[in-house]
Amino acid sequence: MIHVYGISSVTTLARTAVVALALVAAPAAFAKPLPLEKDELTIGFIKLTDMAPLAVAYELGYFEDEGLYVTLEPQANWKVLLDRVLTGELDGAHMLAGQPIGASIGYGTKGDVVTAFSMDLNGNGITVSNDVWQAMKKNVPIGKDGRPVHPIKADALKPVIKQFQASGKQFKMGMVFPVSTHNYELRYWLAAGGINPGYYAPGDISGQIGAEAYLSVTPPPQMPATMEAGTINGYCVGEPWNQQAVFKGIGVPVVTDYEIWKNNPEKVFGVTKAWADANPNTHLAVVKALIRAAIWLDANDNANRRKAVEILARSGYVGADAAVIANSMTGTFEYEKGDKRPMPEFNTFFRHFATYPYYSDAIWYLTQMRRWGQISQARPDAWYAETAKKIYRPDIYLKAAKLLVDEGKADRAGFPWDTDGFKKPQTEFIDGVVYDGRKPNEYLEKFAIGLKRTDKVVNGKVVSQ
Amino acid sequence: MAPAQTADEPTAGAGNRERLFAAINRADAYLQVLGLGWLTPLFRMAAGDSPRHQGKALWQLLGVPLVAILLFLAAWGALAPKVQTSLGAVPGPAQVWDQVGTLWQAHKDERAKAEAFFERQEVRNAARLADDPTADVRLRPYTGKPTYLDQIWTSLQTVFMGFMVATLIAVPLGIASGLSKTVSAALNPIVQIFKPVSPLAWLPIVTMIVSAVYVSDSPMFSKSFINSAITVTLCSLWPTLINTAVGVASIDKDLINVGRVLQLSWTKTVFKLVLPSSLPFIFTGMRLSLGVGWMVLIAAEMLAQNPGLGKFVWDEFQNGSSASLARIMVAVFTIGIIGFLLDRVMLALQAAVTFSTNR
Repeated sequence: MIHVYGISSVTTLARTAVVALALVAAPAAFAKPLPLEKDELTIGFIKLTDMAPLAVAYELGYFEDEGLYVTLEPQANWKVLLDRVLTGELDGAHMLAGQPIGASIGYGTKGDVVTAFSMDLNGNGITVSNDVWQAMKKNVPIGKDGRPVHPIKADALKPVIKQFQASGKQFKMGMVFPVSTHNYELRYWLAAGGINPGYYAPGDISGQIGAEAYLSVTPPPQMPATMEAGTINGYCVGEPWNQQAVFKGIGVPVVTDYEIWKNNPEKVFGVTKAWADANPNTHLAVVKALIRAAIWLDANDNANRRKAVEILARSGYVGADAAVIANSMTGTFEYEKGDKRPMPEFNTFFRHFATYPYYSDAIWYLTQMRRWGQISQARPDAWYAETAKKIYRPDIYLKAAKLLVDEGKADRAGFPWDTDGFKKPQTEFIDGVVYDGRKPNEYLEKFAIGLKRTDKVVNGKVVSQ
Repeated sequence: MAPAQTADEPTAGAGNRERLFAAINRADAYLQVLGLGWLTPLFRMAAGDSPRHQGKALWQLLGVPLVAILLFLAAWGALAPKVQTSLGAVPGPAQVWDQVGTLWQAHKDERAKAEAFFERQEVRNAARLADDPTADVRLRPYTGKPTYLDQIWTSLQTVFMGFMVATLIAVPLGIASGLSKTVSAALNPIVQIFKPVSPLAWLPIVTMIVSAVYVSDSPMFSKSFINSAITVTLCSLWPTLINTAVGVASIDKDLINVGRVLQLSWTKTVFKLVLPSSLPFIFTGMRLSLGVGWMVLIAAEMLAQNPGLGKFVWDEFQNGSSASLARIMVAVFTIGIIGFLLDRVMLALQAAVTFSTNR
């Protein structure tokens, strides 16, 4: 049990004593909380380990330190979660980075959603079924230690897909949502290996136009069961659902998103723009609590991760067995059963300015939406930057960070005070393509598979205008 | 025990004994309703009836069901471990019973946490007041996760809310359509079409409409509660409506004619003649409605993630831990037992209210 719950049953007398004591110690013990517009919040999440900042902020009392009374509520799937944020049933939620962006540009559900807090880096993997892995393994180079050489590229999968095609079968994979990181990561990995994951077009939201691998939506916790049932041959999902496949012996994770794009942005904390405008101080308070949670999660080289695993394993949060969650949360990742390798950065919550909402991260998602046809028209570079600035709100983030630094709860060095929101051109992608957030159109030109500047999908065909 | 003493005195006690057996027979009617019919042979034996005769009845009423339950548990315990799922073997009765204990412990732990939460809150509020005596401090409700017992309570409240609204709509409509051929003709097609609609189809519509219409800064009920309750209403309306209509339509025509002769007012006709004589039908309808409502509620909670037992089941399914299957089975038994108890309560209510007309 966490220390804040140490006092379990105290008599009324003792309770009064505690209150009296607190009155004496009040000025020191309590930094004056912000005057909050709203102090009872309901925040939604999906059962994934990267919701950890929310659980930690709750369990360690960071929300309460800000004067917030937060209820954390698991949601059935990403669609329900987004809808409930938009209808106001939820004040905010653990969201896929693509969700605020998709909603704001009107892809899928429409609504203005903003984010001032990026929840983590990395944390996903791509898993294939045992059969597929057996077929793939023949094409994977083996190292001196007798183990497959990582990262495994989709080149190894290509011959397997050819076999599927030859026998008239579709190669199917699951991802969690049309605008999810997972969709884009899976597509990125497949396309980097010369496999076309198919395009979206207005009026055809299947995303399977011209596909060699057929991607469809499955909610995260159902991935292992769906693959076990044979409905899909593989999937891309967050933890613990890749490690779960290893534990259950039903599949093999072949690559993590850390290997596809080192330190890629993953989830965000999203609220509607109307909510953010109406509750500025409450929003700051939430972000403050979440930043503290992120600091705690990464402190002292992940020293607190064991405790975090114990919290996440409770049935109200992720609820999977602690052993499964610990596999990825404590700095390792198990590929093929028994092939456990160190991966200290698999879940990064604070290091590398992980919580700062970079415009260039938002723009990367926009480029992928364009690449696969979810944005059907060509857009100028300026449009990408403007859209990102509408959705990502580093101004709120930095305000919260400054308050924490002033209160002595965070170190000044932990935040990128002077950034203009664009990371330096990033080079660490699995296909070696360099990404510069300032030049999205130029970036799109670099891919062999994917829509370019003037491309459009018309009647199931990609045409250049 | 008094009955044993009376049985000792055969001459003077003969009348007493007869009265005692009459009392037991009367009690039997109630015990049957409550599902405690197996007590009767025990009472009779205690009152001095032949143990052989009553033993046979006891075996029928208590022994056979018990043996069946034991056989079921044995078969379950033997077969379950043979089915391997990705979450491990299907849990047997022992594992499920273990989870009952775990859930109870979790409930107690959560209560302790709630207490600590309120203590911390009082400290914080006191500090705020000390800082600023005009500060608006309130005690906030606990923000922790609802326990299994909380979920059961939520589901019960929701089903009763939905069921009551359904009854309030269905009984007047049923009476109107039973009394008037025109109303009946008008309602019939609507009833026929909406009756078979699944809760899963109603739910999206209800959710959208409630979200749009039920806008309030300080709502009395949460939206999820309203959504679940209305879905229950929409699905459990029909048995009561149909039964009421049938009951009212089949009232003895002489009775209605007598009413006419006496020139009873419309309200008097309904309350003195129509309602009393159709009560058995209405109650049968309500009993069916409550059963339907309970089934519907669980499905609605699962789909919409509204708080309650349905959400518990779905959350556990999503948890995918090694204890999940056993916990879901605990929920299955809870749902079944509560459904059974609800049915018994309605039956008892029916027996109590319609005693004079039914027997």
